[in-house]
Amino acid sequence: MTGEETLALNGRPDFEAIAGWIRPGASVLDLGCGDGLLLKYLREIRLVRGYGVEIDDDNIVACVRNGVNVIQSDLERGLAGFDAESFDYVILSQTLQATRHTEQIVGEMLRVGREGIVTFPNFGYWRLRLQVLGGRMPVSPELPYEWYNTPNLHLCTVRDFESFCRARSIRVLERIVLNDHRRVEFLSNVRGSLAVFRFQRGAT
Amino acid sequence: MEQAGHSVGPVNARLLHFDAPLALKSGAVLDGYDLAYETYGSPNAQRSNAVLVCHALNASHHVAGYYADDPMNTGWWDNMVGPGKPLDTERFFVIGVNNPGSCFGSTGPASINPKTGKPYGSSFPVVTVEDWVDAQARLADALGIRRFAAVMGGSIGAMQALQWAIAYPERIANAVAIAATPKLTAQNIAFNEVARRAITTDPDFHGGDYYGHGVKPKRGLRLARMIGHITYLSDDAMMEKFGRALRGAAPGYHFDVDFEVESYLRHQSDKFAEYFDANTYLLITRALDYYDPAHACGGNLSAALSPARARFLVVSFTSDWRFSPARSREIVKALIDNRLDVSYAEIEAQHGHDAFLLDDPRYHTLVRAWFDNVARDVGADGAAAPSELPGEPILRRAGADSLAGGFAA
Repeated sequence: MTGEETLALNGRPDFEAIAGWIRPGASVLDLGCGDGLLLKYLREIRLVRGYGVEIDDDNIVACVRNGVNVIQSDLERGLAGFDAESFDYVILSQTLQATRHTEQIVGEMLRVGREGIVTFPNFGYWRLRLQVLGGRMPVSPELPYEWYNTPNLHLCTVRDFESFCRARSIRVLERIVLNDHRRVEFLSNVRGSLAVFRFQRGAT
Repeated sequence: MEQAGHSVGPVNARLLHFDAPLALKSGAVLDGYDLAYETYGSPNAQRSNAVLVCHALNASHHVAGYYADDPMNTGWWDNMVGPGKPLDTERFFVIGVNNPGSCFGSTGPASINPKTGKPYGSSFPVVTVEDWVDAQARLADALGIRRFAAVMGGSIGAMQALQWAIAYPERIANAVAIAATPKLTAQNIAFNEVARRAITTDPDFHGGDYYGHGVKPKRGLRLARMIGHITYLSDDAMMEKFGRALRGAAPGYHFDVDFEVESYLRHQSDKFAEYFDANTYLLITRALDYYDPAHACGGNLSAALSPARARFLVVSFTSDWRFSPARSREIVKALIDNRLDVSYAEIEAQHGHDAFLLDDPRYHTLVRAWFDNVARDVGADGAAAPSELPGEPILRRAGADSLAGGFAA
């Protein structure tokens, strides 16, 4: 990796966690792929065959500049262009909290992918709790927005997401909670700022 | 950051004769034929920087630049192709070719059949997208190009790019399909049929052999152009351009031109009927109708695309109701099914099908970024190699004035 890419990864600690889970040569669909850096990273270190889905015009161009495949499409309308179980992994990296039809999108991830991976800012992180206790909406490196300009619609905690999965028979395969690139094992819903989940459909 | 680039300047078309017969998809054979072509930029030493630009219904090999003796006659994709333009001729060797059956220099129904000494007329065989691509491959052979850096086209030009990827997978590194469809819908064919009926029922059509009668089925061709033109534009674009504006101050209560949109359509179709050949209109709309690579695979486009290896850029326009974004998404899905590299953009544009010819910054920025990668991959670094082009220079010009008297018998 070049220095520039390492720098970019410093801003996205979830990338390394995701890459650790991806089998080499796997097929990957990255929903809300932004500028495509995750796909570029996964292609370089895991040799994945990947496609991004993105709605924003500028991000489409950024993906093309980064040399990754990108399909311009609105996630909120589902993944009609993708067949069931056509990808090894469907990733939703720091996008879950900004989706409107969150439940349907997770359902689509598990239809199209054999496994799903989501990462999201943990709203249970103690610094955020403290800000709420202090009477203010929280602002943090993971949630850099003010209440009036945030794109986030569906913020949740590590425990919220686990209960969401339980209620839908979604089997959580692995979970990593991070704080500033370090894994948090103890009291993770309080001490971790960023959650990374890998899951699949449960036996029904 | 966005540079507009500039014109390639004055250009010359060339005419290259091919002796070897071309076996057509219909089973017919086109004995020797000519192809008119133009080139812009220079090939590099490995000839790895060549980009073929395929034309749509009413265009030609005259893609970019202008003719020294006819400076108003600019190429049909001049905003896309040139030095510093999205398809940058300082890095790429760009080729425009006129397809067989056309009327701008390549052998077509208005050309003289050497066997009879008369224009082919109704005896010119029905040509298909597959046949065009086969003819283009022979031009590539003649130019010493084993593998194109990219084949690019809009509309029926995009069908040719798709066909290149299917028929010659080892000869094309990238395909750019803009305002594309993998096949026409029944509605598309219906519009084409209206256009063809307008031509074939014109009393001046003479079964396609009008050249010998000293007439042209201009009335039919005008109607064909009018109906076609309406399908290239969107309702919104027409409303914005013309609204319900009248030519006069008040309605005239007659059946002659009263609304601005009528005046526009008549003017455009009059112009078109002067320079375009009616038989070519029949042939090209028919090639559109017949193209359906999935047909041979039981309607499975993914199976049809399984030989393809090229990386694709697919671009559609939101207001294109002729070849809607849904048609492009069918192509994208088939490419993904084959795990081919593909990027797809749906450009928010209100101009309908014709948006592919317009200078939209989001669209052009994307194509520019795409070709930056292609240039890197194929080593298109701008180092030109001296080259001799085969064929003879042609004096007859492509475009509006090219056919003035061009098909007198």
